[in-house]
Amino acid sequence: MIGEIIDWFTSSANWQGADGVPTRVLQHLGYVLLALVLASVIAVPIGLYVGHTGRGGVLLVGSGNVIRALPTLGLVTFLFLLFTDSDVAAIIGLVVLAIPPILAGTYAGLQAVDRAVVDAAEGMGMRGGQRLWQIEVPIALPLVLGGVRNAVLQLVATAAVAAYVGLGGLGRYLLDGLAILDYGEVAAGAILTALLAIVLDVVLAAVQRALVPRGVRLAEAGAKKEVSA
Amino acid sequence: MSFFDELGQYLGSASNREQIVDTLAEHCYLALLPLVLGIVLAIAIGWLGRAWPRARGVTLVLANLVYTIPSLALFVMIPSLIGTKMLDSINVVVALTLYTAALLVRPVLDALDAVPPAVIASATAMGYRPARRFLTVELPLAVPVLAAGVRVASVSNISLVSVGALIGVGGLGVLFTDGFQREYFSPIVVGIVLTLLLALVVDLLLVLSRRLLTPWDRTTAPVRTEVAV
Amino acid sequence: MLERRAFAADLDYGRAGPSRGEWAMGIEFRGVTKKYPDGTVAVDDLNLTIEDGTITVFVGPSGCGKTTSLRMINRMVEPTSGTILLDGADVRDSDPALLRRGIGYVIQHAGLFPHRTVLSNVATVPLLSGWEKRKARERAAELLETVGLPAELGKRYPAQLSGGQQQRVGVARALAADSPVLLMDEPFSAVDPVVREGLQDELLRLQSQLGKTIVFVTHDIDEAVRLGDKVAVLRVGGRLAQYGTPADVLRHPVDDFVAGFVGKDRGYRGLSFLSAGDVLVEDVPTVRVGSAPGESTDWRLAVNDEGEPRGWLPPSSTVDGDLSESDLLAGGSLYQQGTPIRGALDAALSSPASLGVVVDADGKAIGVVTARQVLDVIENHPQGVTR
Ligand SMILES: Nc1ncnc2c1ncn2[C@@H]1O[C@H](COP(=O)(O)OP(=O)(O)O)[C@@H](O)[C@H]1O
Ligand SMILES: [Mg+2]
Repeated sequence: MIGEIIDWFTSSANWQGADGVPTRVLQHLGYVLLALVLASVIAVPIGLYVGHTGRGGVLLVGSGNVIRALPTLGLVTFLFLLFTDSDVAAIIGLVVLAIPPILAGTYAGLQAVDRAVVDAAEGMGMRGGQRLWQIEVPIALPLVLGGVRNAVLQLVATAAVAAYVGLGGLGRYLLDGLAILDYGEVAAGAILTALLAIVLDVVLAAVQRALVPRGVRLAEAGAKKEVSA
Repeated sequence: MSFFDELGQYLGSASNREQIVDTLAEHCYLALLPLVLGIVLAIAIGWLGRAWPRARGVTLVLANLVYTIPSLALFVMIPSLIGTKMLDSINVVVALTLYTAALLVRPVLDALDAVPPAVIASATAMGYRPARRFLTVELPLAVPVLAAGVRVASVSNISLVSVGALIGVGGLGVLFTDGFQREYFSPIVVGIVLTLLLALVVDLLLVLSRRLLTPWDRTTAPVRTEVAV
Repeated sequence: MLERRAFAADLDYGRAGPSRGEWAMGIEFRGVTKKYPDGTVAVDDLNLTIEDGTITVFVGPSGCGKTTSLRMINRMVEPTSGTILLDGADVRDSDPALLRRGIGYVIQHAGLFPHRTVLSNVATVPLLSGWEKRKARERAAELLETVGLPAELGKRYPAQLSGGQQQRVGVARALAADSPVLLMDEPFSAVDPVVREGLQDELLRLQSQLGKTIVFVTHDIDEAVRLGDKVAVLRVGGRLAQYGTPADVLRHPVDDFVAGFVGKDRGYRGLSFLSAGDVLVEDVPTVRVGSAPGESTDWRLAVNDEGEPRGWLPPSSTVDGDLSESDLLAGGSLYQQGTPIRGALDAALSSPASLGVVVDADGKAIGVVTARQVLDVIENHPQGVTR
């Protein structure tokens, strides 16, 4: 088994051309980023609106939970029969599944901002937009980015499944390998997909750490100390 | 032919109905057995983490790692890791058990940390041995926090089982591959609806059992809309 | 008042804003009612005039509409009917954000912005009002000093401060508006009693310098009595029960609700507001520590070379040689002339000789009072509510 995997990775044919590792990794990454951007463009404004105004929170949480319960494979096959185009179907499916985590993160982030802080900002004469961008968003940032991280994990996994309806990317190795019972290829696909997810998660964790304001981090550490004390 | 005619035709066939019932039963087994096993595993890890604080950091990193691995990749990796056959349903059970445990390790540790030290101290003073104290005092008090995590894990498991259809073991997921191959909406729609219903029913049962398990905690609203990020 | 205005001029940074003009501003509630959409009547036909340059305290049990009343002043809550005038002008005629930038606002837990340093927290309103950054930060640094915080704290984040320090920063941030009006909603109720007392003293000290119009909300009658020039007692349902000086409210509660709310010690607490100017100070025989006391059948007060009381020498006590402090009985509390009569009564009751020692501002003993004399003054002072 190990031998088959090593053989697969050391065979130069697997590193070249339309079916080579670099192409497949970039494809996979491309789907993930495209869907992430589209999902963020939809989910972040809605999350900000609902979190800032407090209107529609129940609806948001409820519909988020329903989408979360949707089976990936069912959604992707359904969309394929609907659009009969694997790229369109897969991207729409990816976007749909990436929206709930981003929405939940943004909404929860704004919800978690201390009422007293929002109240003080309003009482000092900040207008709605100033309050949102100067106070609420910076404080909510850790949870917003937590939502984005979850969405990315979801996207890497779903893009692999979407290979079933003909999408490119690393899922091809998994499904094509299974079809011809080439376990070296299947294992290589699994390893590459897992590695991609881990690397993206580590990168985003670093971004998250870098973007969270120092004062917010200190406040979090303080709160944790209080709980464990 | 309208979709509803097609649906009527599909559900009119006895063999289709039989397939639906069979796949639904398999789906329950594939989603819920790992849920139970995962809870037990997470609690065992939580107990270890308390008894042996140095293991905590490692455990959390491992849990995060497992959680990061895309589902399809984990499904196909299990056979080579534990030596099972590719089409064995054990693979799905093991993979989902790992996911469940990975998801629950942090809540379990947090929940156990949140048990007031005074309660533990007084239990010890009354002569409880550590294992019995853990099972009869610490664990029950951790149920409310744990319950929230279990609800997320159950929805996640129920939706992930269908991915198993790509490696031949997928409960309702078989309806999706079936519908895809025959370019037939009905099985896909039936599969999606049943998955959502199953998730809903199991969630309600979990809420109910949480209430039965924690009669002292009635002050909190029975069905909180939790924002899972 | 004149002194205040002179001092205020020092603090006047010539900022253009809605709050220029008169230094202090009165606030007037005219028939103000607030009914929330769910039907709760939080404030019911409130009529009240708050004088400029004073501390007015809204006090009452939880849920009686204190916060609602306060927040209607800066339009964070809009009244259902009635009018609120700020310096004679209807607040509804101002843009809410601009109005608020001209009114200081302090709340429980301070509500500091966790992602901003202490200094930029304090500089918030000046920056919102368009000051340039450097000037705003200089102003913020000065204000930290004003509220008694070391300048180094400016670089810290709120999470790195104690509760009391956070509350001081909250006050500094509200003062940065450089506005004549300060609204404070239970600002000190989340800190422990000792720190709270310090913050109250600090507020009184600041107010003696700044002379702002402060509206202060609390549910604690002791805090109300301590801080307020005037106290407005509200009852649940949002009705004003009584409005007057603290002494008035303590001594002449208008009804059972107010009497119950101010508590059963109110008679004794009321003494805090009664001047003891009429108490006759009597002479008392004294002996000097370090000299031979001689003999006497009276209680004698021992004093040191500066004339400060050191203790009591009981009647007919014998002392070998010169008097030393170890020969003395410890004295009771001292009463400083000119302070409220509560202190005189306490001095008399706590003295081993039953004679309360009266000292002048320098701490020199000038005589004694008896409890009987103090009580006579109290009894002959049915209106004794001067402050
Ligand atoms: N936004 C609101 N909506 C409905 N009712 C409210 C709202 N805010 C306050 N109330 C109600 O109005 C009453 C007065 O509240 P509040 O002014 O906060 O009282 P206090 O500050 O004296 O405790 C209470 O009964 C409270 O429940
Ligand atoms: Mg209040």
